[in-house]
Amino acid sequence: MLEIRELNLEVDGRPVLKNLNLTIEEGESHVLLGPNGSGKTSLLLGILGFPKYQVTGGSIIFKGKDIIGLSTADRVKLGMGIAFQHPPVIRGIRLGEMVNLCRGDKSQQISKQTRILAKKLHFSDEFLERDVNAGFSGGEIKRSEIMQLMAQNPDFVMLDEPDSGVDIENMELIGNMIGELLHRKIQPSKRTASGLIITHLATITDYIEVDWAHVMLDGVIACSGSPDRIISEVMKGGYEKCVRECQMTMDRK
Amino acid sequence: MRKGMPDDNGPEIEKYTLKAEKHDTKDLPEIEDKYNQAFLNVGYDPKGAERSGSFLQVDHSVLCSKVVQEGVEIMSTTDAIEKYSWLSDYWWHAVAPEKDVYTQQVDRKQTHGYFLRTLPGVKTTYPLQSCLFTEQEGLSQNVHNIVIAEEGSELHIITGCSVAEKVKSALHLGVSEFYVKKNAKITFTMIHNWAPEVEVRPRSGTIIEENGVFISNYVCLDQVKDLQMYPVTYCGKNARATSQSIIYASKDSKIDIGSKMVLQGENSRAQIISRTVAQDSADVTARGILTGSAANVKGHLECIGLMLSDTARIYSVPELEATVKDAELSHEAAVGRISEEEIAYLTARGLSEEEAAGAIVRGFLNVDIKGLPASLGEQVRQMIRMSAEALE
Repeated sequence: MLEIRELNLEVDGRPVLKNLNLTIEEGESHVLLGPNGSGKTSLLLGILGFPKYQVTGGSIIFKGKDIIGLSTADRVKLGMGIAFQHPPVIRGIRLGEMVNLCRGDKSQQISKQTRILAKKLHFSDEFLERDVNAGFSGGEIKRSEIMQLMAQNPDFVMLDEPDSGVDIENMELIGNMIGELLHRKIQPSKRTASGLIITHLATITDYIEVDWAHVMLDGVIACSGSPDRIISEVMKGGYEKCVRECQMTMDRK
Repeated sequence: MRKGMPDDNGPEIEKYTLKAEKHDTKDLPEIEDKYNQAFLNVGYDPKGAERSGSFLQVDHSVLCSKVVQEGVEIMSTTDAIEKYSWLSDYWWHAVAPEKDVYTQQVDRKQTHGYFLRTLPGVKTTYPLQSCLFTEQEGLSQNVHNIVIAEEGSELHIITGCSVAEKVKSALHLGVSEFYVKKNAKITFTMIHNWAPEVEVRPRSGTIIEENGVFISNYVCLDQVKDLQMYPVTYCGKNARATSQSIIYASKDSKIDIGSKMVLQGENSRAQIISRTVAQDSADVTARGILTGSAANVKGHLECIGLMLSDTARIYSVPELEATVKDAELSHEAAVGRISEEEIAYLTARGLSEEEAAGAIVRGFLNVDIKGLPASLGEQVRQMIRMSAEALE
């Protein structure tokens, strides 16, 4: 699905990713852990091709195609999608219209499909009339982002901290929906959707099982492995200790 | 001239003719047919569906003044002043005839205008509609409009001013006087749709009596040569006034508009909202002034501009003036470009950058118009959307 080789990325002339490598196969879901400022969000926005995130070296192959040079809209059309952590308020565009747009439907009439989806995310019809993200609570932003993703139904799903600042009740719903997006509820051989989830405290892994975990430090993926091991080591000793032990194991090999 | 008031190096009246060809009412069906779309674009439905009455003036001829609902009066002001001797108490009462050369011209050389009135206690089920239309090249239309909502009545109006597609240049002078009586309400939605060489000088004044409500919405999304207006609203005791304007200025349009609210009755409230988009080499001045001179008055002014080019200009002038200690006045003014973050967000949902920018501009102009009856509110929203859609 996604193959990143030796990726170097700059933001405003400042290097944020250094020779980063990451491969995500079809049907796989990965979590990405790491301290603030290590470059996790930059990686997602670089994959998405936001103009501020300049690739200075390496390659990003998505579904067998080199996507560097493609616009964000073209990458989205190829089948990727993202749930943002801090999305901006868009005045005058209603959430319902936005969900329509995600499905490629440009009509301003909020469609029946949109209303059905909203119900699933516990949003009322009135809520769909609100301007996108205007005065939304933390939990509402998460649910709204995931609702938009579900309308898009991408093959490759990126989630930027879907579990931060969410209460238990919302978390259960969000976990469920992410599980659906990432085909976690069907048997592994039939999964076609892949995911990359940034998570601070790995809370999301209490709700869905994932295939791989990575720790990011200073713009590189410093350590990868089974989610159980990586997450328990991070929880025990922090990111850097986990990375040190990981590298010792690799050295021994 | 005090600070913030427009300096008017405006249109030369002499350039335009006052000799209008007369249109006959028997030609009305033909005219309605011919300009159906132009009328609809400014909210005037020739069929009059969901309207409590209609007024149509083409050039200097009043072609339609039709009342549908009882308790509503619609006629030309020339007829009204003949019919009602008391109308002299309202004539040039909210706007001074000597205000400037344009009011003087309307005073001397008036060419009709509409008189709209609701009798005491009457509430319009549907809005009244009016349209002032210019079909003749180089004409000056000098209308004097009077709108009166008698005590306890409710009057909703949608009015459009426009020119025929073939008209390149014209002058529109419009004096409008609004009287909101005790416990009455007027909502007035005005849509302008001009042409590249048309010059426009509306001059409006509103007097709101005790507990009265006045809501004014102004929409102008098409090119115009030179438009300047500065309506003034005087709020009596417990009165409520809202003014919203939505401007999309393109090419070399020159637009100078603003609103002044005088909070002179105790406990009165006023709100001015303006949204301005400037494209190409348009030049827009967006003014707003709130004056608080009575106890417990409150006013807020919000003036937001969006710049789409390096050759356009937005000059935003918010002003507050208090002359009593417990007047509460505030303002919020901002001019900026489309946020890159918002564009990026929409591209992540599959829109191209151009589509995203268009959607953001449309959203910016999509101001929630409060206080209108639901169906009219929806119509006005649709109209703004349609016009904004056509901008791309």
